[in-house]
Order: sequence, then structure tokens, then C-alpha cells
Amino acid sequence: MKNVKRVDIIFGAYTQEKYKVLEQALKKSSDQIISEVIESGLKGRGGAGFPTGLKWKYTAQEKELVKYVVCNADEGEPGTFKDREILTRVPRKVFSGMAMCGKAIGAKKGYLYLRGEYLYMLPELMEELELFHNSVKEFNFDFKIEIAMGSGAYICGEESALFESIEGKRGEPRNKPPYPTVSGVFGKPTVINNVETFVNTMMIMRLGVDEFKKLGTSDSRGSKLFSVSGDTPIAGIYEIELGMSLQDFVDEFGDGDTKAVQVGGASGFCVPRKKFKDTIIGFEGVPTGGSMMLFNSSRSMYNVLKNYVEFFEEESCGQCTPCRVGCQQLKKGIEAVKKGEKSAAYLVTLQKLADTMKISSKCGLGQSVANSFSSIVDNFKEEMIY
Amino acid sequence: MPEIKELVKGLADKHGRGRESLIPILQGIIAEERYISDAAMSEVAVELDMSAALVYGTATFYSFLDTEPRGKYVIRICKTITCDMKGKKQIVKTLEDLLKIKVGETTKDNKFTLLETNCLGWCHKGPAMLINSIPYDTLDVNKVTEIIMDYIRK
Ligand SMILES: Cc1cc2nc3c(=O)[nH]c(=O)nc-3n(C[C@H](O)[C@H](O)[C@H](O)COP(=O)(O)O)c2cc1C
Ligand code: SF4
Repeated sequence: MKNVKRVDIIFGAYTQEKYKVLEQALKKSSDQIISEVIESGLKGRGGAGFPTGLKWKYTAQEKELVKYVVCNADEGEPGTFKDREILTRVPRKVFSGMAMCGKAIGAKKGYLYLRGEYLYMLPELMEELELFHNSVKEFNFDFKIEIAMGSGAYICGEESALFESIEGKRGEPRNKPPYPTVSGVFGKPTVINNVETFVNTMMIMRLGVDEFKKLGTSDSRGSKLFSVSGDTPIAGIYEIELGMSLQDFVDEFGDGDTKAVQVGGASGFCVPRKKFKDTIIGFEGVPTGGSMMLFNSSRSMYNVLKNYVEFFEEESCGQCTPCRVGCQQLKKGIEAVKKGEKSAAYLVTLQKLADTMKISSKCGLGQSVANSFSSIVDNFKEEMIY
Repeated sequence: MPEIKELVKGLADKHGRGRESLIPILQGIIAEERYISDAAMSEVAVELDMSAALVYGTATFYSFLDTEPRGKYVIRICKTITCDMKGKKQIVKTLEDLLKIKVGETTKDNKFTLLETNCLGWCHKGPAMLINSIPYDTLDVNKVTEIIMDYIRK
């Protein structure tokens, strides 16, 4: 029996009439849209997994005249490339989701924040955008989308840093609260969702809540795009129902010699072979924005960890000390242990540092360094030393 | 420098002169000049009526808003682990040999700058690189040589 259930909905063909699903959705009331999205159980696809319907509801409740919809297409997590594929193949579904959100919360303007690495996609996106603007005008709905380009900063995927960047500032995360639903871009109530999340909201409209809920498990509704890379004969993007075990995943995608899978990118967790069977991929187990990197037994997990720590060191915005200095020290520390300048016991000190970063860093970047650090050091200690 | 003045003015006319126009304007300078010189930053500050320190602070935050001279073609090779596993080091060496520069350097004729960057989003087709804004994936020694030869002839 196949335990990895592939589906093909996200990239499914457009309706024959342009923007038909959106046109029908716009006939529903704001309350109706929000209750359907809540009822579907959809959780955000950007990694954190916040219930999408609730986010929309909270923003709808704010009594400001100006509100915004923001689509997060910063996709900087190492090992993720699904949002690029969505925006290349089915941008219409993304724009539709943003417009429907606009209707639900009472916003007239949306931003698509596209990472600088994807600048080459801009001409085609602008073409589709023109079509979109013409269509919403025909539907008598007042909603405009603007594309804001990033410029090579991973931290701008963090929602409040992304807002700062749209406002023309350094991409430094803000303190929370206030949350975006209250004060987002330009200080106004804002819904920010991942590219895939917006597509999912349109899937709910197209399939209906009941059909959508049949996909996945009770904790993880729907299907998910996985970006599969590393030691696999079939690297690529796959749409799979959530809730499978990592063992099932490895049976499908591994090269027969998989020793570890990094689930969720550099800020995610490393799962070693002996834990494949007991690890569920989904919000009830190990969540992921979709990044799945496979490593076989020829790979040095020290190199993998060092690559991740260097990534964080470079991409830390430098605003708060635990993260800025912590990343530097973690990198120096593992190098010193590897060279034998420090004893193996020093790894415990470094893990304490990573734990301190988890509780004292200002944003998700510094807070999640410990995920990969501890899971790799714990499971592959001998590779860190020898 | 009159050309920079013209360029900045044109970009400000296009994008507006508010704070939220700053990054699009800086990106516009990059598209034309490949880097943002001190003179360009001062010009932006005057045009948008803000301090030069603010312009500098913003520009230097973003890795694609280069503030050091760059060649006409900026090559950025992905150094994330998945591209590394697929032979990125060999690609870097090939490029260094072809262009006779090291990572971080610019050729004497100001035509190429060679840089490394974090995940480009082509992990399933590594190794990957960007030349200005164009991505190239599944690189091997032959392919990358051909690509660079094309640019050399341009
Ligand atoms: C350092 C950091 C980087 C992030 N990068 C992204 C990203 O590239 N894309 C994304 O959708 N969310 C990213 N997020 C999560 C966003 O802050 C936010 O939670 C998400 O866009 C919400 O959308 P969702 O509810 O649809 O998942 C990042 C978070 C952190 C802390
Ligand atoms: S945790 Fe790191 S990235 Fe986040 S605000 Fe602090 S220094 Fe910046």
C-alpha cells in the first residue's frame, strides 16, 4: 500500500472563464468567506501554522478604514522552492486568494512581496496582474495589488521585517505584540499569508469545505507542497496529503541510503534514520514549510550544520545580541571542537547557548537556530568531534 | 555626476518621493549601474529629502543593494548545502579559472563580479547561480563554461 498520497490540486488547470472561482467567492459575504476558511481547518503554509481563518477574522474585526493584504513570497528558507513554482504556474490562484481576503477583511490594497532572487519572474507576473485588475473591475470589486521586490535578505520573510521593508526601511523585525492583525504594514491591520496559503483558500472555495476537509488529518487539513532536494533520485516539488510518517516519505523519495532528513529547512529539525518511523510530518509532529533535504551516509553532518550556522550568522539582522553574537559563537564553537581546540564537552555549552537564544532572541530567526543545532548535535555527536 | 542625477530624478518621478519609494529607487540604480555609489546615495538623499545616513543605512542592509563597485555582470553562486552537495565547489573553481578572479572580486575590465549567496530556490536543480537577475541551474563544468563564454562575447 502506498502511504504517500499524492494529489494534484494546487497546480490544477484554471477554470475556463478567467477568474471564475474568485467571481463566485466575491458573491459571498465577508462573514461567509471567513467562516468557510475557519471551518476548513486551514493552517498557514509559511511554517508557523497559524489558523488562517482566525487571522482573517481578527483583522476583519479591527475598526480601521484602511487595511492591507500581504502575500509573503520571500521564500528564503534553504531547501524551499515551491512558492516560485506556484507563482510561475498558477499566479492567478494567488491573486484570487489575496482579493478574496481583501473582501473578507475589508481591504482595498494588497502587496505581493517577492524576493529579489525571483526578479526574473516580474514581467510575467505583471502580465497576469493586468488581467487580474481588469477582471476585478468587471466584478465591481475595488482591489489593487502591487508587487514589492525584496533585495536579498532572508530576514525579510519574517512578517514584521517584511512590513518594514515594504515601508522602505531596513528589514529589522518589530516587537510583538502588536500583531499584524492589529498593526501591520504602515501601522494598519494586515493579513499576511504565505503564497501557498492563499492558493489553499481558493481550493476551499472551489472544492467546497467538505471536500477540502477530506484531505490530510484532523490536525493537518489539506495537501501540502514539498520541496524535495539533496540525496534523492527524484528531487522536485510534490503535492502530498499531510500526516504521513517520515519513513513513508523516505521510502518514496530516498536513495536507499538516507541517514537523515532535515525537515523545515535550516530553521527546522534534523531527523535521523532511527526516528523516521515515529516522526509524523504535519502540525501534530514535525511541521514544515515544505523544505525536505535528504542526506545519505556519504554526507558529513558537521558540514551540514556548519552550512546552516553560517547561513544564520550572515542573515541575522544583528538587532539583538543573543542572535547576533550567538550565531557567531556557535560557528566558532563547532569549528574549535572539530579542530580539537576544545573538548567534546564544549558541545554541551554550545547547546546551552542555543537554548538561551531560543528564549531571549527577538524574532523567529534567533529563536529557531537551536532547532537544527541541537537536533544535529544530539543525533550526530561523533561526526561533530571526529 | 550629471548622469546619476538624471537617473535618480527619473526613478523618483517613476516611483515617487516617499520613504516607501526608497528601495525601488535603489533597486533601479542597481539595475542600471550594478552598484550604488556614494554620489548616488547623496543624490537620492537630496531627491527624497532625507538624510544620506538613512539612505546608506537602508542600502547596506540588503545584500543585493551593493554599495561597492561591481562588474557589468554580477554572478552569484548559491552556497547552500544542497547546491554544495551537487558540486558547487567545482563550479566556483571553473568560474575562478575562467575569469581569473577569486570569489568577492571583479575582473580588471569591470565586466564580471563573482560572489556567493544564500539559497536561490533551485535546490532540486543544483548547482545554481544568478547572473544579474537571470537564474541558471543544473550547472556542470561544460555548461557554466558555455554560459560565461557567451557573456564574454557580449
Ligand atoms: C526568519 C523568518 C523567515 C521567514 N520566512 C518566511 C518566508 O520566506 N515565507 C513565508 O511565507 N513565511 C516566512 N516566515 C513566516 C512569516 O513570519 C509568517 O508567519 C507567514 O508569512 C505567515 O503566513 P502563513 O500563516 O500563511 O504561513 C518567516 C519567519 C521567520 C521568523
Ligand atoms: S533574533 Fe536575530 S534576526 Fe531576529 S531580531 Fe534578533 S538579531 Fe534580528
